[in-house]
Amino acid sequence: MFGDYSLGDLGAIFAMQGFAGLILFSVYVLMALGLAIIFGQMGVINMAHGEFMILGAYVTWMTSNAFQQYLPSLFPGYFFVAMILAFIASGALGMLVEWGLIRHLYKRPLDTLLATWGLSLILQQAYRSIFGAREVGVDLPEWMMGSWQATDTIQIPINGMFVMALTILITIAVSYVLFWSRWGRQVRAVVQNRVMAGAVGINTEKVDRYTFGLGCGIAGVAGSAFTMIGSTGPTAGQLYIVDTFLVVVFGGAASLFGTIASAFTISQTQSTLEFFLSGSMAKVITLLAIVAILMMRPQGLFALKVRK
Amino acid sequence: MIINSRFFDRSELIGFIALALLLFIILPLTLDIFRLNLVAKYLTYAFVAIGLVLCWGYGGILSLGQGVFFGLGGYCMAMYLKLEASSVANTKIQSTPGIPDFMDWNQITELPMFWKPFHSFPLTLLAIILVPGIFAFIIGAAMFKRRVGGVYFAIITQAIAAILTILIVGQQGYTGGINGITDLRTLHGWDIRTDHAKFILYFVEVLLLFGCIVVAQFIRLTKLGRILVAMREKEDRVRFSGYSVANFKIFAFCVAAVFAAIGGALFTLEVGFMSPSFVGIVPSIEMVIYTAVGGRMSIFGAVWGSLLVNFAKTSLSESFPQLWLFGLGALFIAVVLLFPGGLSGIWQDYVQPRIDRLISSRKPKSGNGWADKSVADSAPAE
Repeated sequence: MFGDYSLGDLGAIFAMQGFAGLILFSVYVLMALGLAIIFGQMGVINMAHGEFMILGAYVTWMTSNAFQQYLPSLFPGYFFVAMILAFIASGALGMLVEWGLIRHLYKRPLDTLLATWGLSLILQQAYRSIFGAREVGVDLPEWMMGSWQATDTIQIPINGMFVMALTILITIAVSYVLFWSRWGRQVRAVVQNRVMAGAVGINTEKVDRYTFGLGCGIAGVAGSAFTMIGSTGPTAGQLYIVDTFLVVVFGGAASLFGTIASAFTISQTQSTLEFFLSGSMAKVITLLAIVAILMMRPQGLFALKVRK
Repeated sequence: MIINSRFFDRSELIGFIALALLLFIILPLTLDIFRLNLVAKYLTYAFVAIGLVLCWGYGGILSLGQGVFFGLGGYCMAMYLKLEASSVANTKIQSTPGIPDFMDWNQITELPMFWKPFHSFPLTLLAIILVPGIFAFIIGAAMFKRRVGGVYFAIITQAIAAILTILIVGQQGYTGGINGITDLRTLHGWDIRTDHAKFILYFVEVLLLFGCIVVAQFIRLTKLGRILVAMREKEDRVRFSGYSVANFKIFAFCVAAVFAAIGGALFTLEVGFMSPSFVGIVPSIEMVIYTAVGGRMSIFGAVWGSLLVNFAKTSLSESFPQLWLFGLGALFIAVVLLFPGGLSGIWQDYVQPRIDRLISSRKPKSGNGWADKSVADSAPAE
């Protein structure tokens, strides 16, 4: 399959597909980070995670419209405001859902899965009723459009680079919060031994609620970033949810580093294959490979050893 | 070991007779053929739901990929019907006569190898059982032998459902793509599109359904059913007692798969086409809700759940298409949060005691409630 291309062409193809893979990687990482926190740390299967992401996307869309209408002079910077609003909106909804639904189901993970699936259906229909069934796209500010000419065969879109930079920043922020802050220590203590954590005076219920809120908030930011590279529809979240779960499971739940590594592997495999095969076959082969590897190594790539 | 010597206890016998009356006599007499065909379509999901009762309710294995087996069964049947519908005489105008029309549109000039066995009716019937059965065995063996269970199993089966859908949609020339396999006409020379044929197919389906109910009840009552429950409650204890947990799980999963495949094959016959929209993630998880609504521990409940949820779906989406998804979502949440026992749980907790009180001359029975009690006990997990 390489026969028709010269060596220089192949290099450019791999570089550009590699970069396309990196954008996919950014979306996966942003989505999977929130899921890794909720699933990995709390053991909750949140099937509505995609819908939290879409909420962030819609918030961004509304913010961009509002800026265009009322503050056109500040439009170039609207994205930063939108991101914060998306985080707050998704996080608040997440905490509400945790309080109303999830906290009753901590001991029944399979039932959480069904309940959150129901929640995702409701949210989808709500988006459809409020925003309409058509996909919406945001207008990018001037400075994000166009692409950077690295060499004469390699072109790199600026919005892609922006999303990647954002991903790196958020990943650093999340690992800081989880591994170095006082609150992160509490989260990890609750994960490792809920009863003991309660006994030393940690308010486990509060920690649960904020953890869930944080995971959903990051999903909101992911949705915000998602609007930079694609359009948003009511069911867009559902398209990504299985992939994202596979990313988290493949990386080894509870391991943030594993999540990032597996998002990288999966997105690179898929985007490289996509160039040579049809998009659907690339996806089938990637997913099959993940399922096969998971059958051989159920604990994922980087398993955290926790005494149960 | 006390095993109930009677096949159905009193309340189950009432359930059995009530269901038989409804499906064999009341519905065929009262509904016109269009509505009866709809009921037949709903009942195909009941096969899947019964399988899930064994696999999920009893075995504790939640499969979110039952659509895969439903689809495999359905596609096997559809391939046979399609080959029969695309005989050389019927497809004269194609550039290659004698192959299905969608292959011709996709510039395929020869029937692919895996389509060839479906020229023969007995081989098709065999394939409907064997293809999903063997596939389930491979998945089950690979996962359960390595002690993958619970949530991971659910996610991986869901991924498999996604993979199969993408594959079917992507390989349009071999599978009919997103439209599926359509324009099916005859089964072994017998036109399935007439009202008379639909009437007969309905009764064939109900008979098969009762066959599956009896098989499921048999599995439930034997020692096997008890091991499944024991496994669900304390897997390690069963393993330490010397049972091979994996083999029992594989068995339950395979039975559920075969039931789903039978349902799928009948679905093709009743509806007249098969498409990937019955294979993927969304239909698979909807099949779980039929079981959950009916009561995950109740075989009859599964049938009622499939009938009621689908009936609600048809009538709601006919009159208020916007409300249906809200309703379905609320149903998922309500059934998990408020009624983990489903309809049969409500029946047992609220209706049955009143009936018993009415007939207070008889002693309240305490017979076969062990399995159903355990879910009621474990349900409120506060």
